[in-house]
Amino acid sequence: MSAIEAKNLTKRFGTFVAVDDISFDIPKGQFFGLLGPNGAGKTTIIRMLTGVLRPEEGKVSIMGVDMDRDPLRAKSSLGVIPEVGNVYPDLSARENLEMFGRFYGLSRRARAERASALLEELGLEGRADERIKRFSKGMKQRVSIGCAIIHEPKVLFLDEPTEGLDVQSRRMIVDRVNKMNRAGSTIVLTTHNIEEANQLCDRVCIINCGKVVALDTPERLRSTFEGARSVEVTFDWPVECSAFSDKCITKVEERGNKMRFYTSDPDEAIRKIIAVRDEKGLTILELNTLAPSLEDVFVKLTEVTR
Amino acid sequence: MNFEIMVRGVTSIALKDIKVYYKKAPVFIFGLILPTFLFFAFFMGRQLDLGTYYPGFLAMALFFTASSVGPLITPWEKQAGTFERLLTLPVSIPVLVLGDTLAGAGFGMIITAIVFVAGLFIAPFEIGLIGLLALPMLFALGNLCFSALGVLISSPAGPVPSNVMMLSSLIRFPLIFISGIFVPLVDMTGAFRMVTLASPLTYLVDGFNHALMDQGVLPLALDISVLLVFTIIFLLGANHILKNKALKGL
Repeated sequence: MSAIEAKNLTKRFGTFVAVDDISFDIPKGQFFGLLGPNGAGKTTIIRMLTGVLRPEEGKVSIMGVDMDRDPLRAKSSLGVIPEVGNVYPDLSARENLEMFGRFYGLSRRARAERASALLEELGLEGRADERIKRFSKGMKQRVSIGCAIIHEPKVLFLDEPTEGLDVQSRRMIVDRVNKMNRAGSTIVLTTHNIEEANQLCDRVCIINCGKVVALDTPERLRSTFEGARSVEVTFDWPVECSAFSDKCITKVEERGNKMRFYTSDPDEAIRKIIAVRDEKGLTILELNTLAPSLEDVFVKLTEVTR
Repeated sequence: MNFEIMVRGVTSIALKDIKVYYKKAPVFIFGLILPTFLFFAFFMGRQLDLGTYYPGFLAMALFFTASSVGPLITPWEKQAGTFERLLTLPVSIPVLVLGDTLAGAGFGMIITAIVFVAGLFIAPFEIGLIGLLALPMLFALGNLCFSALGVLISSPAGPVPSNVMMLSSLIRFPLIFISGIFVPLVDMTGAFRMVTLASPLTYLVDGFNHALMDQGVLPLALDISVLLVFTIIFLLGANHILKNKALKGL
């Protein structure tokens, strides 16, 4: 049984098709990334997966429970960490945590114990009983995370949770989520931070114009874009990009004092670069061969279909 | 299992509303200060029989207090960004509507209980056995009915609380002038009487007249039945509109 099953999801707003017949399964315990440019349909997909929005066609199951038939039970397995720390500013951090715990049916004692443990873990024990109105963005986000995980959900959705946070808060969030994943929770992460997705996710789904354009592990996605391999060279003297025109080099980019040569055949490209070096009397200060990054894959895939 | 989750959702929503919204300024202004001001504006300096008007005033206090919390919740939650998060919890739209209604009714119940107890010392009530039996029902139904009206008013709302409070005043103010509070129902005739019968508040005022003064105009059973029907209509209406407008402004 998959943790999340999305089958043929479609959602229209008027004549605009926001999500167009999307399907995927997420096995239990997987760290799954949902990537896409702005307006690709990520938020609509997340809203359908979390029961906020009802799909016009298709179905969603969470831990084997159909979201349409039994939404209350399906949502009981979920935790959601939104982008902004959406918690109640008139309540204290402890009150917020205990209130969310009540929604998930935790006993009074369990709520109190888990709230105290989470407040300590999230570094908020000193301000646990203060109203969170005056908390910083990072502190509010930590309370928000506590609210989402107080019931130890089997499936956790994170919607750009580290956007605009300082390094400490970001690390704390990433560590906590990793810990939950190791303990068996399934994680769905939407982010614009491709490097973060690359580091954290077991599998990545790239969405564009409401459709799935790629769905695989970050490693396999990168390997399917061999044409996006590159050679990065630093010369001792500036040189025109046009000097390197050759059929084995698809594109040349200047990046500061470095030049990046995109190629499907790094060996041929290096031979060409050496030839130009000899011809122009240049010296190579640094040379690296680079595999395509997930960002390269993302840009390529979303460029093609946009 | 689901019934248990539903009941838990309703009580959790109501408790959340009590903690967060009972202390908000608009609830005090529209729920407490306004009816008090109207009471004094109407009674001060006039030789009016308190027994005749007290049931109407009690109904007005209940109406304003019970309907003051509901209009605030949805727009405030949308503005704070907590509304969408609520929808990801094990709650549904009907659960939200019932929970918000319960919270509004609780506020109305507390305040009207105080007004009622105060009335025992200043108004010459004549509470008989039927009145004694009818009063708890009228309090409960009246509070649920007008709290549900408040929730209905806020159901199409976006994230701007002031817009809904304005709409709420536009709906609530005319009702108090056509419901037998300032002009007793028995004195109304013709078309005005017909308009009065369209207001749910009329049936609460008349019910209180029965229960407290033994002077109702319509049958008490009719008052209670109509209040029940209005409560159901308001709840179903709020549920229907909120289902369609839940994501408005998000």
